Amino acid sequence: MTAVTPLLSVRGLTTYFDLEEGVVKAVDGVSFDLERGKTLGIVGESGSGKSVTNLSILRLIPTPPGRIVSGQILFDGKDILTMSDDEIRTIRGRRIAMIFQDPMSSLNPFMRISRQLMEITQLHLGYGREQAHQHAVRMLETVGIPDPSTRVAGYPHEFSGGMRQRVMIAMALSCSPELLIADEPTTALDVTIQAQILELIKKLKEETGTSVILITHDLGVVAGMTDEIVVMYAGKVFERAPTTELFAKPGNPYTKGLLRSVPDPTSEQGRLYQIPGLPPDPAHLPPGCPFAPRCDYVQEICRQEFPPFVSLNERHQSLCHFAAEVYGGQPAGA
Amino acid sequence: MEVSLPAHSATSALLSLRDLKVHFDLGGGTWWDRMTGGSRERRVVHAVDGVTLDIREGETLGLVGESGCGKSTLGRAVLRLVEPTAGSVIFRGVDLARLSARHLRDQRRHLQMIFQDPYASLNPRMTVGEIIAEPMETFRLHRGTEKQERVRELMRTVGLSPRNIKRYPHEFSGGQQQRIGIARALAANPDFIVADEPISALDVSIQAQIMNLMETLRQERNLTYLFISHDLRAIRHTSDRVAVMYLGKIVELADARVIYDEPLMPYTKALISAVPIPDPVIEASRKRMVLESDVPSPINPPQGCRFHTRCPFVVPACKQVVPPLVEVKPAHFAACIRISAEQPHIEHVAPGATPGLASSAPAR
Repeated sequence: MTAVTPLLSVRGLTTYFDLEEGVVKAVDGVSFDLERGKTLGIVGESGSGKSVTNLSILRLIPTPPGRIVSGQILFDGKDILTMSDDEIRTIRGRRIAMIFQDPMSSLNPFMRISRQLMEITQLHLGYGREQAHQHAVRMLETVGIPDPSTRVAGYPHEFSGGMRQRVMIAMALSCSPELLIADEPTTALDVTIQAQILELIKKLKEETGTSVILITHDLGVVAGMTDEIVVMYAGKVFERAPTTELFAKPGNPYTKGLLRSVPDPTSEQGRLYQIPGLPPDPAHLPPGCPFAPRCDYVQEICRQEFPPFVSLNERHQSLCHFAAEVYGGQPAGA
Repeated sequence: MEVSLPAHSATSALLSLRDLKVHFDLGGGTWWDRMTGGSRERRVVHAVDGVTLDIREGETLGLVGESGCGKSTLGRAVLRLVEPTAGSVIFRGVDLARLSARHLRDQRRHLQMIFQDPYASLNPRMTVGEIIAEPMETFRLHRGTEKQERVRELMRTVGLSPRNIKRYPHEFSGGQQQRIGIARALAANPDFIVADEPISALDVSIQAQIMNLMETLRQERNLTYLFISHDLRAIRHTSDRVAVMYLGKIVELADARVIYDEPLMPYTKALISAVPIPDPVIEASRKRMVLESDVPSPINPPQGCRFHTRCPFVVPACKQVVPPLVEVKPAHFAACIRISAEQPHIEHVAPGATPGLASSAPAR
């Protein structure tokens, strides 16, 4: 394994949904790389395609109505999209694990935590009952559940929201996956619990060297957790940059607007900046740039021509006709 | 029960809560329960447990806390959407908690509410026009074409096109539905609005729009808000003063800026340190105060200071004494026996010392 090969390389991923109102281009030509041991943040609002992107990585798109139209998802050099069902099953849960937003609906309410945790190692690692049980207790201990040898026999409803999310993390990390995909892992949780869970993910990542994809709408969460960020809008990657660079020098008007519209608790602000208008309906995207109707920098060309994906430097790209101007800090029209 | 006015009450208050309590009795503890395997103890949810608070005319008071702390119940009790168990809600000298249904209705015109889930709070079978007109009909404010004109005007005020007056709620996006909810709240021309998590269900770019709209309306119409949210960044931005709630009690109260820059009570410190800051440079160098465990159940909550089960500064006395909300710094109130006006910073207080205990009256 050479250091240059990324663990995950998504190339031109395109996922459509065939709905009554027409074809929804939920993900449209998305590309990004994730190096081993790194954390990638995917940021976007509802309907931006961030969750569909990640369901596509594990081939969990419900078909129909969804279908992966084209693209490549190279995981450790092999294309997940061309794998047989048997092959993908050896990856899901074992080499790539996922945690979801709502820990209650992702746990089986009728099964003891122990059985849900044991299932994974018995299936993927061929553990026997006793070995799997010990491993389950050890995993609960790792994620900080007090009194794990007793709690392991409990049912999901006996755990609080934060504790359930810890169980989900324990489950996801049971087989020491190389990639952990966390889809809004803290959105349903309170702030103090969110802090606990984020610290936990950070700590476990450092200990195990797992790569992480963190999907969220919260720029505050990605700021402290990620090495690199992909900003999605209307099924497209609007910007891609290392985290510090993205926050310091955004090269896309949408990113810039998002950053400015989040109240910063460390500074005094008057009126909050607001991005005008509404996110587009993915079934009826405007011609040209999908952000044009809401953009401060909009020019005639934006409404007619789809913008190019401009490289601002080696690791920073932005989908915008005026990416260089935005990046250079040229004042906007407004 | 005797209610003494604490120092943080002001005469210019539009709305005053005095020792407000909302308890939900879940039953249990009877011989029948013991026989049938029910709960051995009587289970009572102390959702709001003795809140005294003043909301000044024209201000936005932010009420922040985690789920289950009782903030929504408090907001609802103000409008008597849930019945207070004890205490009073005084609006312009009238105690709403003691009004008959008929007199309450006269008062309700002046107090309205914006809900968290905009879609669930709009009747799906009514058009936008009917929804916004409903309060005018309830309170017999306008009729006929005048009413229609008022509806259109309100729609424009909240940024909706009056062309959509005949549409149904599901035809709108979440942000637009919240605008409908705001227009409905304004329809009766209220003075006071309880906004219960008005932006939590919305996308980031839409949250800013709604916060700005609410601020504009406040200035134009001289509204007073009780802004309830778990989102400390939103609270910090929208509010003049902030009250922090934990398990049914107010534990800290101060100007929004002060409470962020210099929280005094340990829970507030933890809460503020848990808020992620959208700046990777600050985040990298920041030291978080991460709390252990979860919020305890509000059913039979912990004795003494309710935060003592999670507090890193806990001493034995915290388990016995209910800390009163005292003015630790000018206009800055905190409920913690480990700090006092002389020693407001808990980090500098000698280990084990409880300076707040001496200055405060013995607790119940």
